[in-house]
Amino acid sequence: MAYEDDDPPLSLHLPRPISEPHLRLDPLSLSAPSAVRHGSRAESERLASSQPELADADARLVIVGDPGRTDPHLQLAGNAVRTAKYSPFTFLPRNLFEQFHRVAYVYFLVIAVLNQLPQLAVFGRGASVLPLAFVLLVTAVKDAYEDWRRHRSDRSENNRAASVVDSRDSQFRTKRWKDVRVGEVLKVFADETIPCDMVLLATSDPTGVAYVQTINLDGESNLKTRYAKQETTSRPIGDAHPFAAGLIRCERPNRNIYGFLANMEIDGKRVSLGPSNIILRGCELKNTAWAIGVAVYAGNETKVMLNSSGAPSKRSRLETHMNRETLLLSAVLITLCSVVSICNGIWLGKHRNDLELSQFFRKRDYSDSGENYNYYGIGMQVFFTFLMSVIVFQIMIPISLYISMELVRLGQAYFMIRDTNLYDESSNSKFQCRALNINEDLGQVKYVFSDKTGTLTENKMEFRCATIRGRDYSSGKVPLQDNGGTHSVLVGDRIWKPKMSVKTDPELVALLQSKVETEQGKQACEFFLALACCNTIVPLVVETADQKQKLIDYQGESPDEQALVYAAASYGFVLIERTSGHIVVDVRGDRQRYDVLGLHEFDSDRKRMSVIIGCPDKTVKLYVKGADISMFGVIQKTVNLDIIRATETSLNAYSSLGLRTLVIGMRKLSRNDFEEWQSAYENASTALIGRGRLLRAVASNVERDLHILGASGIEDKLQQGVPEAIESMRQADIKVWVLTGDKQETAISIGFSCKLLTSEMTQIVINSNSRESCKKSLQDAVAMSSKLAAISPDSENILRGTGSSRIALALVIDGNSLVYILETELEEELFKVATVCDVVLCCRVAPLQKAGIVALMKNRTDDMTLAIGDGANDVSMIQMADVGIGISGQEGRQAVMASDFAMGQFRFLVPLLLVHGHWNYQRMAYMILYNFYRNAVFVFILFWYVLYTAYSLTTAISEWSSVLYSVIYTALPTIVVGILDKDLSRRTLIKYPQLYRAGQRDERYNLKFFILTMMDSIWQSAAIFYIPYLAYRHSVVDVSSLGDLWTLAVVVLVNIHLAMDVFQWNWITHASIWGCIVATVICVIVIDSIWMLPGYWAIFHIMGTGLFWLCLLGIIIAGMLPHFTTKALTEYFMPNDIQIARELEKYQKNAATTSEIPMSTLSQLL
Amino acid sequence: MNNVNGSVVGSSSGSGDGSAPRRNSKRPKYSRFTQQELPACKPILTPKWVISVFTLIGVVFVPIGIASLMASNDVVEIVDRYDNVCVPPNMTNDKVAYIQNNATDKTCIRTLEVPKHMSQPIYVYYQLDNFYQNHRRYVKSRNDAQLRKRSQANETSGCDPEKRTIDGAPIVPCGLIAWSLFNDTYIFAIGNKNLTVNKKGISWKSDRDHKFGKDVFPKNFQSGPLIGGAKLNATKPLSEQEDLIVWMRTAALPTFRKLYGRIEQDLNAGDVISVTLKNNYNTYSFSGKKKLVLSTSSWLGGKNDFLGIAYLAVGGLCFFLAVAFTIVYLVKPR
Repeated sequence: MAYEDDDPPLSLHLPRPISEPHLRLDPLSLSAPSAVRHGSRAESERLASSQPELADADARLVIVGDPGRTDPHLQLAGNAVRTAKYSPFTFLPRNLFEQFHRVAYVYFLVIAVLNQLPQLAVFGRGASVLPLAFVLLVTAVKDAYEDWRRHRSDRSENNRAASVVDSRDSQFRTKRWKDVRVGEVLKVFADETIPCDMVLLATSDPTGVAYVQTINLDGESNLKTRYAKQETTSRPIGDAHPFAAGLIRCERPNRNIYGFLANMEIDGKRVSLGPSNIILRGCELKNTAWAIGVAVYAGNETKVMLNSSGAPSKRSRLETHMNRETLLLSAVLITLCSVVSICNGIWLGKHRNDLELSQFFRKRDYSDSGENYNYYGIGMQVFFTFLMSVIVFQIMIPISLYISMELVRLGQAYFMIRDTNLYDESSNSKFQCRALNINEDLGQVKYVFSDKTGTLTENKMEFRCATIRGRDYSSGKVPLQDNGGTHSVLVGDRIWKPKMSVKTDPELVALLQSKVETEQGKQACEFFLALACCNTIVPLVVETADQKQKLIDYQGESPDEQALVYAAASYGFVLIERTSGHIVVDVRGDRQRYDVLGLHEFDSDRKRMSVIIGCPDKTVKLYVKGADISMFGVIQKTVNLDIIRATETSLNAYSSLGLRTLVIGMRKLSRNDFEEWQSAYENASTALIGRGRLLRAVASNVERDLHILGASGIEDKLQQGVPEAIESMRQADIKVWVLTGDKQETAISIGFSCKLLTSEMTQIVINSNSRESCKKSLQDAVAMSSKLAAISPDSENILRGTGSSRIALALVIDGNSLVYILETELEEELFKVATVCDVVLCCRVAPLQKAGIVALMKNRTDDMTLAIGDGANDVSMIQMADVGIGISGQEGRQAVMASDFAMGQFRFLVPLLLVHGHWNYQRMAYMILYNFYRNAVFVFILFWYVLYTAYSLTTAISEWSSVLYSVIYTALPTIVVGILDKDLSRRTLIKYPQLYRAGQRDERYNLKFFILTMMDSIWQSAAIFYIPYLAYRHSVVDVSSLGDLWTLAVVVLVNIHLAMDVFQWNWITHASIWGCIVATVICVIVIDSIWMLPGYWAIFHIMGTGLFWLCLLGIIIAGMLPHFTTKALTEYFMPNDIQIARELEKYQKNAATTSEIPMSTLSQLL
Repeated sequence: MNNVNGSVVGSSSGSGDGSAPRRNSKRPKYSRFTQQELPACKPILTPKWVISVFTLIGVVFVPIGIASLMASNDVVEIVDRYDNVCVPPNMTNDKVAYIQNNATDKTCIRTLEVPKHMSQPIYVYYQLDNFYQNHRRYVKSRNDAQLRKRSQANETSGCDPEKRTIDGAPIVPCGLIAWSLFNDTYIFAIGNKNLTVNKKGISWKSDRDHKFGKDVFPKNFQSGPLIGGAKLNATKPLSEQEDLIVWMRTAALPTFRKLYGRIEQDLNAGDVISVTLKNNYNTYSFSGKKKLVLSTSSWLGGKNDFLGIAYLAVGGLCFFLAVAFTIVYLVKPR
């Protein structure tokens, strides 16, 4: 159990939502309960103790074993689940409805619809609908495939078999899951999955204990304990309807997985039920031969299914900016359309008398009694022209960009997932991309909020040292080898061995082996016995390849407890069996059975747990272990004061080493004491109201006057590469904040060991217990920081944060102070202090406070925040931050489920941010700009031409070419470049973390770039249009030929523009860019080979003339000249960091090879 | 000690997670592609490159520019605007009435002097100014199916407002483009000797062979109340109506030329050509201009100095940039 009130939260024992790929957790239901433990006491009180009466109106009544009476009208949900969204009939309408939630799609739909009106028909029917249809189709196919997979998994899930009591003859019959109904009594056998949420009635264990494994839900492999009520466990099985009399009154279905409010009326008694009495769908029954329960929630009303709705999706920074530029483009579009329609009105006004006789206009249709044909007066014509010009210029807003971005992100995700540098060997986990729309945010992170346990550290607790009777045994360095059978047990003809061995202290081993009779030896024995039995660990025996040997795997909810039990085993106190009534411990070869008479579980008020053991020698002992603060309060201080002092000294020493400490105490209970406790305990545990509080009082009452046995130090090992990663991030100007539930001392020592804090730093510690003192320390901190800033006026260094002249500041603040700061006006002060500090360390923070701190920075700055954590207590923070990263480590998968990206190790942040993030940002930024540019060039060409068609919106470029332009002619290269192009090699990016700052400063995509690009696109479109226009003026050239020239020119030019900006040319880039030009030529040729179209054979005619080729060459050179010149100028005279690094990369490397350095050197770098 | 195999441990199947990951490692397979390490070339714009590129462009562009200018200069072009002068002086106030009056004689004689020797073939064009053959109403007003296949004669969709006659019979060829076919005619003579104008092969072969049917004959053409232009010989198939085929290749720009025919003999400097033309086509209603153009051609087409000047300008600019960059690099190296 987590005695230090640290991260592994107690409330995690309950199952969590299922980890099937299509399900996502609901953030709220997760964050709230995990807050319970750290947060308000009232909340935990409510959950754990007495339950408010359920009004019948709000309750669901379940008559045990009688589904017919429980649900006479079949109103309750059956157990069939349906995660699939669509049925074959609803697919089309629903899918389309969902897709049109995107505003851009609505825009294109409106345009396609407008185009269907005969007055406005600009494009042919097919050509106008095609792009939108294509986009919709691609998405629909993707959705359909996903849904088909869901259907398939639903089907197999619904058809699984369950054993259900038949209400007619009370025999267990096999039923399919989907036919299970609320009220039915089910029997689940070992290793079976639980088909619905059921209240436990009885289990194979006489005391009604059942163990469930929730690996299918959340990936946690440890066992959780559930209980059947005593009132139901004792009933004989097989009799007619043993539980028939029961009536369960429970809450309506809700998504709170950690809460369950119900009571059961049975035999006229009312028994209350809580979260520990229910087993949830999706869990697996383990270590229990069978369990019988009654279904209370079924199918889509189970807690797991209610929690499977999607989380709100995040939107990347770049995309938000992109929307701003999209608006600008819309303004440009409207301007163009207005210009065209107004000019059209003026032209019509000037020529209104000519319209009838002009051969090219001819207002009237004489076959139809001389009515006007398609002419409705100047006003209407202007209006129609406006709408038509919107249709013609529609691709100013690039529809293909949306699809391209999705594809590029997919490709980027593919490369991140396949990156061997992001693969964690120890947990065998690849990088996971759970959110597909914020890849590029990884390149702009400014603040990293990190959890400590399990994120910076491995959360693999290892017993390091102990203090017994005031004597410190901390020299344990030599791992205990297979020396005899001290820590393996002979069972029958087999050897059982604990799965892990722990380094032992030779002195302590010697003490235990030879000097047991001394006082010190006795104490040591008691100490390790306490470690072995004062816990909730369940030993699991695992077969090994070796027939002779079995491994004992200690399963438990707390890694600290696991570490202690393994330690005890290594010193010869092997826990080999636990039932609810007794445990079996092999005490150095002598197997002893201890009766577990009572167990007071850990809670966050007492911060300790205790167990009452009936020893083989008929004595009754109370073993207690807990956090030092809480333990010293209940230790008998009248004797052995020097031992207590010595223990305290060792504890401080351990703590400063970054060890997690626990104090162990014991008390021998006299018969009177025990009986007194027993009656109190029985009273409390059968109490109907306030049971939790009463039990706690009983526990506090007995946990007193303890005799101190000793203390243990457990190391939470730092993950590999953490200090180096933090250093890299510091250089990249990423501020790392550590938010932890640990104590201040532990947090600071971890801070030092991971190089987050250095001895040169000035620490500002805010550790206050009241609002006023908090305010005062904040003001002091502000004053101090400004004073320090004044000492070093070199602002450059402050910005860089690397200057040695400046005294670095570190802020250490604890959760108590944060209570008074967050969400008050003091927030602003904290923000000020925090921004000038290089490092911020928050200790003893609750999950919601973690989210609060993230929100503090996120709301007050434009900087991108990233939160990284591994536990359920990090979920709220992960969801709050712009980018949430889950560590798939020891603490289960809740953080992973809530995260946007998941990976195995903290140090992967460096390649993820500095390399992939940088690349993704750079690529995506360029791609968006390029797409805007590319479509703008095309639109401007159309616009220039419209000026020479009496503003009648004729397009010289054939309509099919217009449609295919952004789909085929120019789509692939930008996607390929968006996925593959690298401005810098991985090695350079890792070597110079400073390069990451480009992303933080929005260097690759900003308004200035956008405007420059747009100006370039105007120039290029003018070159494309006016060179042929002037060259072919007063000639016989026909509209299709000139259109073909423009088509080819624009495609070649935009592809060459792209080619000029590509950083790295590999064969794929070559193939896509040049291939696209070839494809365009082929497409144009195909289009011009259709005799139905007016442009028949035009391309062959025009390509046969020299003028065509001269125009093309002139367009390319004249068009690219400004871009090329500015590029050459800026790269040479105003190079940015990236440019310099590129040149370094190219010229400093032994010129022989152009390929990259193999990864092996890189992993050394990391 | 059999009780050790109690209920707790006995039923355990063992999760075996210790050994499982070893067997099916999820480690991504290494390949240069997935690690994004494909061999690649990384070009950098070094001064050497920049200056060479500019110089190269200059070296290529200036000669091309000079060649184009020379080609353009070699082209001899005679342009004669006749729409206004061919209106009788008494009708200049109402040119539209003049041109619409079928009774008046539209003959008009123009004399042109050949400024320089023109070698054959000499192309005869008519040029219309301000005629929006690329107007949306106009461009769309045709039906290509009807032009190609006799069986599709009824297919007149898209031809509005010149689709059918008043009695509903389909017009072949339908649409505004065909309806507005240009109908001025020119007869050239030097002194008393007529110059023959070859009107065969003035249209694209691809159009004659595949776009205009050999068995499609004009029907109900130009029978409406408003005459747009030329009438067609109903006995000649469309594939032989070359003036129509040329006209139907709608021009890209509002000022355009269309090939009228070719004079296949050399003209000498100082020759005076007299042109007898029928000024039938109505451009007065929209103040369009009509010009007659006689022109030789070069490898670059007709007379147009623009491309030559543009190439010279770009080439010169590149030379300038090359020099400027060189100086800057020398004076102020990075």
